[in-house]
Amino acid sequence: MSDKAMDWAAIDRDPRFVELHRRKSRFLWSLMAISVVYYFALPIGAAYFQELFRIKVWGPINVGLVFALSEFIVAWGIAWIYARRANSEFDALASEIIAKAASMGEST
Amino acid sequence: MSRLQLRAFAAAVALLPLSAWADGAVKAEYKGLTFGVFGLIIALTMFVTYLAARRVKSASQFYAAGRSVSGIQNGWAIAGDYLSAASFLGIAGLISLYGYDGFMYSVGWLVAYITVLLVIAEPCRNIGKYTLGDVLAFRNDPKKAKTVAAVSTITVSTFYLTAQMVGGGVLVKTLIGIDYEVSVITVGVLMLAYVVFGGMVATTWVQIIKAVLLVTASVILVFFTWAPYGFSLPGFLNAVVADPKVVAQVTKLVGDPAAQMSAADLGQRFLEPGLYLKNPIDQISLGMALVLGTAGMPHILMRFFTVPTAQDARKSVIWAMGIIGGFYVLTLFLGMGAAINVGAAKISAIDAGGNMAGPLLAQFVGGGEDSWVGNLFLAFVAAVAFATIVAVVAGLVLASASAMSHDIWVGVVKGEHATQEEEVRAARISSVIVGLLAIVIGILAKGQNVAHLVALAFAVAASSNLPAVLLTLYWKRCNTGGVVLGMLVGAFAAIALVMVSPNMTYPKAVKEAAQKIVDAAPAKIDAATAAVAAAVDDAAKAAAQKALDKLNADLKGAQGKLEQFRDTNTSIVGLEAPLITLKNPGIFSIPLGFLCVFLGSIFYRDKRSEEMWDELYVRQNTGIHAEAASAH
Repeated sequence: MSDKAMDWAAIDRDPRFVELHRRKSRFLWSLMAISVVYYFALPIGAAYFQELFRIKVWGPINVGLVFALSEFIVAWGIAWIYARRANSEFDALASEIIAKAASMGEST
Repeated sequence: MSRLQLRAFAAAVALLPLSAWADGAVKAEYKGLTFGVFGLIIALTMFVTYLAARRVKSASQFYAAGRSVSGIQNGWAIAGDYLSAASFLGIAGLISLYGYDGFMYSVGWLVAYITVLLVIAEPCRNIGKYTLGDVLAFRNDPKKAKTVAAVSTITVSTFYLTAQMVGGGVLVKTLIGIDYEVSVITVGVLMLAYVVFGGMVATTWVQIIKAVLLVTASVILVFFTWAPYGFSLPGFLNAVVADPKVVAQVTKLVGDPAAQMSAADLGQRFLEPGLYLKNPIDQISLGMALVLGTAGMPHILMRFFTVPTAQDARKSVIWAMGIIGGFYVLTLFLGMGAAINVGAAKISAIDAGGNMAGPLLAQFVGGGEDSWVGNLFLAFVAAVAFATIVAVVAGLVLASASAMSHDIWVGVVKGEHATQEEEVRAARISSVIVGLLAIVIGILAKGQNVAHLVALAFAVAASSNLPAVLLTLYWKRCNTGGVVLGMLVGAFAAIALVMVSPNMTYPKAVKEAAQKIVDAAPAKIDAATAAVAAAVDDAAKAAAQKALDKLNADLKGAQGKLEQFRDTNTSIVGLEAPLITLKNPGIFSIPLGFLCVFLGSIFYRDKRSEEMWDELYVRQNTGIHAEAASAH
């Protein structure tokens, strides 16, 4: 429930919060866009680029199979990249804001 | 909840299956063994429930396990909640029958968690309390938001639940031959025991146990399946494409063009797309429903309220993605292994959808159908499948019951004025109601085609819950008007599109197909009878007799269909044929859901939604004032 001691609008305007929000949004939505594009490339490729998917690259393993397996690697990779940056950068920025939150807005 | 009640409950459950024997994949002499393994798993989960029941006193314990589940534990629990029998047995089955397409199908189920990780898990943990309704009520009108959220939660969960109950009933019947009704009641009663006595604490542990068992079983099976090929991927796949059973299956699937293809080409075709998934638009539509729907699934969302902080929510999704993704990679080996060791013909003879691929592979690697170890493996896999159904159903019932008690009864009816005792009692009563309804629906829906209900649940979640949650969290102008309009229209559109799609049963088409079988039957039966009479030795006679029996069974089935639909020509919405060819509604209903949240917000004025934006945005990003873990 809303805590009257906090001046939310002031935190929202605080340069540190604006910076956290700016970095986080750009990063999150780019990762999201990459993963969606990469994911939908699989059914589209399987439907419209079957000749490409059939090319054998290693024994019976073809491009299609490599691509499908790469979907797992890309999904895990995105998760790992996000977690690494969130753990180091975003969490630190957020805790800085939390530490100062109660006093924000007092001078304005 | 007394200790005695719980024991009586456990005893009743343990005795239930023994009275109902019939035929299944497990042979009669190994049924005792199977029930033994079942009993061990049930005893373990009941013990956990007994321990949990003593802890569950407050609403926070009941709905959110006191927010004391660790990130790693929650990762396993999410995997346990998510990997339903459909993915455990269904995807391995699809791969065993259709090769590449089955594997491709599994990818979307993992990619879905990217959405959960990036935009849903942490913000929801930071601003939410117990339910989807809590998240939406943060800045929107609480009563209206909680009402639509509860309606949507119950709708989504009921579709998913029906698919699980019916699928589970059929599965247990196919595996060990327990009557359908008995297995539905057993699943329902067990799940009720976990949820009612142990709330989220027991549900979490049942899901963790099930996930660990599932992963263990899969790793063991893959080890034995892959070992003969020296753990070489090309070596294993070379064996797959060269296998005569695989070549025969592809020949059957490809049809006429197979005549122009060499055996090597036919085998290789198994690793190429197009044997199962024919309509790319349908696949993209399903993909959209998965990628956006998982993040809107109330029972998945609820799991993020069980961890102490947003960091733990993040950690739990990372773990869940590792477990779920790893499991789907293993299913490639399970499916392909079943294709070469068991064969598509034998798998689809027991179950046309391929659900028996995993269990039959287990029996094979253990030494075959006459070996003790083989049957122990089969019993283990069957017990894991059973635990899977119960764990998934428990999560769904808990989500629906929470929507009923927390959102509707406490939030709307009592205006947030309820004591801890009242709320926990309401939650337990709601669980009993939802659980009994699940059993009734499961029994009433016997014999119905419910496979599409899982996809529909995801489509509704993606078209209704996800747009509302996403825009509430990230769009400043979003408000109550948008949330109510978007959720109702999104859900309605997804359901309506499925009602007029080829997923429904169209009696006219069914009767035409049945009539064809009936018309052709006399000539075929005469020929088969002659073949039996002309058979020279016992083996030929047995084969011919089997063919004749199958013809007679087909004829009986077709006559049954004609009788069943004698007085009706139209589907339940009054159509003779589907209006659309699309089976998955997501591609239309998801954008529509987003559009309606947008339009509703533009044309509605809501001061609270505007005023609360700063607080919501700061809190979802920082976790200030997030619900803390309860001390215990």
